[in-house]
Amino acid sequence: MAEHEHVIKPKTYLLVFTALIALTIATTLVSYVDLGALSVAVALVIAVTTMLLVALFFMHVYYSRRLTQLVVAGGLLWLVILLLLTMTDIATRGWLGVPGK
Amino acid sequence: MASVHSPALRHHFDTVEQQKDASTLGMWIFLVTEIMFFGGAFAAYTVYRSLYPDAFAAASNELDIVLGAVNTAVLIVSSFTMVMAVYSAQTGRRKALAGYLLATMFFGLVFLVIKGFEWHHKWVEHHVPGPHFHFEGPYADKAQMFFSLYFAMTGLHALHMVIGLGILAVLVWMTLRGAFSREYYTPVDVSGLYWHFVDIIWIFLFPLLYLIGRHNHG
Amino acid sequence: MITTTTEPRANYLTSDFGIKSWLLTTDHKRIGLLYLVTITLFFILGGLFATLIRLELLTPQGDLTSSETYNKFFTLHGVIMIFLFLIPSIPATMGNFLIPMMIGAKDLAFPRLNLLSWYLLVAGGAFTLYAMFAGGVDTGWTFYTPYSSTYSNTYVMATAVGIFIAGFSSILTGLNFIVTIHRMRAPGLTWFRLPLFVWAHYATSLIQVLGTPVLAVTIVLLAIERGFHIGIFDPALGGDPVLFQHMFWFYSHPAVYIMILPSMGVVSELVSVFARKRVFGYEFVAFSSVAIAVYGFLVWGHHMFVSSQSVYAGLVFSFLSFFVAIPSAIKVFNWTATLYKGSISYRTPMLYAFGFIGLFTIGGLTGLFLATLGVDVHVHDTYFVVAHFHYIMVGGALMAYLGGLHYWWPKMFGRMYPEGWAKLSALVVFLGFNLTFFPQFLLGYLGMPRRYHAYPEEFQVLHVLSTAGASVLAVGYVIPLIYFIWSLRYGAVAPANPWHATGLEWKTPSPPPTENFEFTPVVTHEAYDYEALAQEEEQEGVRVG
Repeated sequence: MAEHEHVIKPKTYLLVFTALIALTIATTLVSYVDLGALSVAVALVIAVTTMLLVALFFMHVYYSRRLTQLVVAGGLLWLVILLLLTMTDIATRGWLGVPGK
Repeated sequence: MASVHSPALRHHFDTVEQQKDASTLGMWIFLVTEIMFFGGAFAAYTVYRSLYPDAFAAASNELDIVLGAVNTAVLIVSSFTMVMAVYSAQTGRRKALAGYLLATMFFGLVFLVIKGFEWHHKWVEHHVPGPHFHFEGPYADKAQMFFSLYFAMTGLHALHMVIGLGILAVLVWMTLRGAFSREYYTPVDVSGLYWHFVDIIWIFLFPLLYLIGRHNHG
Repeated sequence: MITTTTEPRANYLTSDFGIKSWLLTTDHKRIGLLYLVTITLFFILGGLFATLIRLELLTPQGDLTSSETYNKFFTLHGVIMIFLFLIPSIPATMGNFLIPMMIGAKDLAFPRLNLLSWYLLVAGGAFTLYAMFAGGVDTGWTFYTPYSSTYSNTYVMATAVGIFIAGFSSILTGLNFIVTIHRMRAPGLTWFRLPLFVWAHYATSLIQVLGTPVLAVTIVLLAIERGFHIGIFDPALGGDPVLFQHMFWFYSHPAVYIMILPSMGVVSELVSVFARKRVFGYEFVAFSSVAIAVYGFLVWGHHMFVSSQSVYAGLVFSFLSFFVAIPSAIKVFNWTATLYKGSISYRTPMLYAFGFIGLFTIGGLTGLFLATLGVDVHVHDTYFVVAHFHYIMVGGALMAYLGGLHYWWPKMFGRMYPEGWAKLSALVVFLGFNLTFFPQFLLGYLGMPRRYHAYPEEFQVLHVLSTAGASVLAVGYVIPLIYFIWSLRYGAVAPANPWHATGLEWKTPSPPPTENFEFTPVVTHEAYDYEALAQEEEQEGVRVG
């Protein structure tokens, strides 16, 4: 029932570290490619992947108990709620064709 | 199960394991509050970027992409030294623990110095919002919005870095005093969580602030 | 086991003396009392501003104060009552005191953090007091931009800093409760054996942890804008004042659930013990607390129907807001079902519980009118809204606070309050409350705007009634203040379980020892197992009632 007790090997950390650096280089280089509307999506996908690697392996979420994983997921979900519901206003302004609505 | 008489065990807990679980859960909940704290700033960013995409791209291109990318790598290295610090604590390597903590501090400091350079450069170029702001081109006032968010978000991030450095310094001191062992290294563990979190914030700040519309202007 | 001894014994109050032992305590019970004193002082201050408001509104002309000064009155009334009284109220006093005991623990998970939480509230209050004495703040407790960020000449920053700091008090308390409830329950105390008071505080803590940080960053951005004259919400720079409202209400709507959920937890306890029955639909009540906490984050836009947020967003928020009433209704139905065929005794705490159920229902139903976009357009920013939230906060939350205070007073201090005076005050509060706030529904519906110190003649009668009610209400609050203090020295000595209630907190002496339990209890019963308790007491030859 305890938190992770097994020690993760430095080799795993090194692997993750290499991946993180690679992703950073990738996102930097990709930004110079004209992907139009996809640019944001690609940048966010890379950022989220990077975040997941840090969270799962550096922060041990992969090895943590269910409650910890739920707490992390909950926090991220709440951020999404904040962004999404706020954008329902911003994104639908002007749809009615009436000033101020 | 660890000894009930462990000196690190606080009286209101029954076991060291319960205490460690509580501390870890406590830090994770704190990090959730930080997700929502930075999240509010990201919400403001999302709103304005969606309203003024061209102005944001023009402003973003005025940031130094090399320094930004280097800083991202610096933080990732510091996260690596941080997990190595935790590993050292877990395996009872006191000297390595101190070394890795100091290395993490070093890289954190490097990050802040580079950030300082960047901010200074922005000041010189009149890109700091306020009475001295000046931006060439058609997007002047919306670009000021970008820079307001840039300074607010990187400023809050830097503040968290400074606090992190303070925490690391305390950990180094505690390590040298022999406070940690294979059985008890919780403060190192939870401080590591905090440090990685601050790293993750930057991992989002970098593309969102530095990499908008680079393909147009380079 | 009922003890009838009256010998003084070592307890958390007598374990140590001197001001340092209180100001540096990490005992959750002492910290609860520190909070009790602090928030009572803030309540009195908030009440003072309410008095000034009601005095001004006696006459249609703005003759007592200027409009600028009046703006400061309602701002400070709101800021103090919400952030410095209601938000901490039940959790910081009764939550702190009781949760460890209710779960069989010696203290909260992080006792030193708990003390820090109190100091943060005091510091936040100090900044607000400074703003008040230095000249006040006039933006309304909602701090809408661009008035608060650009145009107001009052002490916005000081107040904002005060709220920011007090916010962290709230966050840390929530964090402490969540970890405590997850990790420190006694053996055998599964989630569905917890008292509903604990469930209510768990749900409240979720809100505190998820919502308050957004208020914090909103205040930071507001401070940056006001301090450095750079625009985030400033339209002149392409900023959006409505964004401030989104970010503000993302917290401030769930905040109202921070204020009401703990009181619902109190009512669950009171209804159960004074009907001597387990709470009907326990799981439903427990889940509804969490449902309110979660769902409450999805409805904030109903404060912004007329703000110029898009109509479609308004539709979404209006639609979602109807559903948030459901879990609250579930609670009211379950409390009512608990009363059915219960053995009801009309002690003071129960009177407050009854008051809560009735007045909260009225307040909640009027919330539905406000959730209806078409209706809200007409009553937004009128006294209808003011009446709605006072029915919930004063008729609901404050009544439950008083009910809980009376109920757990003997546990906290080992003394009974005088029942006769207490019943009288409960009646005075109920009558005074309704006389104060019912006319306000009528006023609002007829068109009386809120935050106005002058009004057309035709509204005066209703305003006079409301002010008369407020004076009665004030008396209802002063009497308990007096007899509670009186009881500390002259009240009847209380046994460990004066109400013959279930719950681990009643298994300790009154007042409890510092470490709460000599041995960690093992729980084998459901919560509110009054049948088992009745059997136990029959065996011991004790009459209940």
